[in-house]
Amino acid sequence: MSESKLKRVDLIFGEYSDIKYKVLADTLIRSNEDILKDILDSGLRGRGGAGFPTSIKWRLTAEAPGNEKYVVCNADEGEPGTFKDKEILTRVPRKVFSGMAICGKVIGAKKGYLYLRGEYRFLLPDLNKELETFHEFAKELGTDFNIEICLGSGAYICGEESALFESMEGGRGEPRNKPPYPTTSGFLKKPTVINNVETFVNVLMIMRLGADQYKKLGTTDSRGSKVFSVSGDTPIPGIYELELGMPLDRFVDEFGDGDTKAVQVGGASGFCVPRKKFKNTVIGFEGVPTGGSMMIFNSSRSMYNVLHNYLEFFEEESCGQCTPCRVGCQQLLKGIIAVKKGEKKTGYLDQLMKLSESMKITAKCGLGQSVANSFSSIVNNFREEMIY
Amino acid sequence: MIQELVEKFGRDRTSLMPILQGVVEFKNYISDQDMTEIAKELDLSAAQVFGTATFYSFLDTEPRGKYVIRICKSITCDMHGKKTIIQTLEDMLKIKTGETTPNKKFTLLETNCLGWCHEGPAMLINEKPFSGLTPEKIHDIISEYMHK
Repeated sequence: MSESKLKRVDLIFGEYSDIKYKVLADTLIRSNEDILKDILDSGLRGRGGAGFPTSIKWRLTAEAPGNEKYVVCNADEGEPGTFKDKEILTRVPRKVFSGMAICGKVIGAKKGYLYLRGEYRFLLPDLNKELETFHEFAKELGTDFNIEICLGSGAYICGEESALFESMEGGRGEPRNKPPYPTTSGFLKKPTVINNVETFVNVLMIMRLGADQYKKLGTTDSRGSKVFSVSGDTPIPGIYELELGMPLDRFVDEFGDGDTKAVQVGGASGFCVPRKKFKNTVIGFEGVPTGGSMMIFNSSRSMYNVLHNYLEFFEEESCGQCTPCRVGCQQLLKGIIAVKKGEKKTGYLDQLMKLSESMKITAKCGLGQSVANSFSSIVNNFREEMIY
Repeated sequence: MIQELVEKFGRDRTSLMPILQGVVEFKNYISDQDMTEIAKELDLSAAQVFGTATFYSFLDTEPRGKYVIRICKSITCDMHGKKTIIQTLEDMLKIKTGETTPNKKFTLLETNCLGWCHEGPAMLINEKPFSGLTPEKIHDIISEYMHK
């Protein structure tokens, strides 16, 4: 047990520079090589959850053949328990647009898109206002980079990058086969950088602070800070910017209600960590990664209900394109209900575990592949709750 | 209406989502006839338009009320009293979840995570979010909408 509080960071939500779009202006006159080197040195990894190194993604897209390239900001924040992109877009949209413009310069794209989930449509008036200012300044700075907002319409799967492109292209949000990856074939099959909202802001902050200063935050494998969405059984729910690489027990000390039984790290597609593992769990790419969702459950909560809720979610949000995910989600849900009702023997849970493992290997995209994360971590750690 | 939307967004396949969203904004749902008309305008097959329209939960393809209420059913909203909120709404509107009031004013639906987990339970009325809901708050909000 630790006495001291986790260090609060004020990078993402810190104040704008005194002069509008100053960091952007300063960065646009630098060489692409310099910018890429800074991002590489900073150790920045994508903030959507998967953690792909940002510098590699940008370099691959910059080097991909073709003149028509795109920057896409993924604001289809649909993971249960995540609400940080909404906060970022509400409080510091200028930083997001600046990060996108820097990306446009580096990869040679003239057009950027912000794909905003339909649930956040209410943010549109303010975002459009800031976009007007952005375009004015862009012109003054001599760049013709232009950003447009695309709206989603209530499909979780569109947060998957290739499904998002399909949606932007007017299709069903069904993920594509990979490879090819977006770096060579993204929006309209053109080379595209697609990053999470927070990743673009991080790039801007690296440009402002320099890689060395930025690197002081976090751990070797997880550089920088992270915006966490804290909810569930906590007296202080909300948005917190903390260093990556923190031990979960310290997080629980500070945010739990004193009776924390489990923490769901990374939303419904993430991992459920039980109390006995708090001490040895690190939140970061070296331990349990998260797009920012931290849902806290105390001992009054039934983990069966939690899992049931997740599985209903996945069953509804599965695009239905591939069989492992479409049928797998249905069967997992039916299966735990049957075990709970006593219609199936408890050993049936092991068969369901095997099913979730098969989904991990055979499902076409991250949705179907990650159902096993929460399924096995809940069933393994709270098996008796699934039965009685 | 569709003509106007097509003029505004263009005839590219990339215009399909904004056009469908525009139809929903205008009349709360997309009819079969709308889909056929859009298909003609964009030179797509009706099946392609139908495929896209029916994929998205916010692109309603059956008649909805003027105000569509979507209650978040994800885990943290559920933990913080979603059931009571739904019960209150059902009692006030005298409909079940999934139904529309006879005067076509309200439709009550459940939806997945709205991104207000720190202030649950939450709901959307059309595009407007409401969070930190209690039965009392629901009474106030819905009474106001009833008089709109």
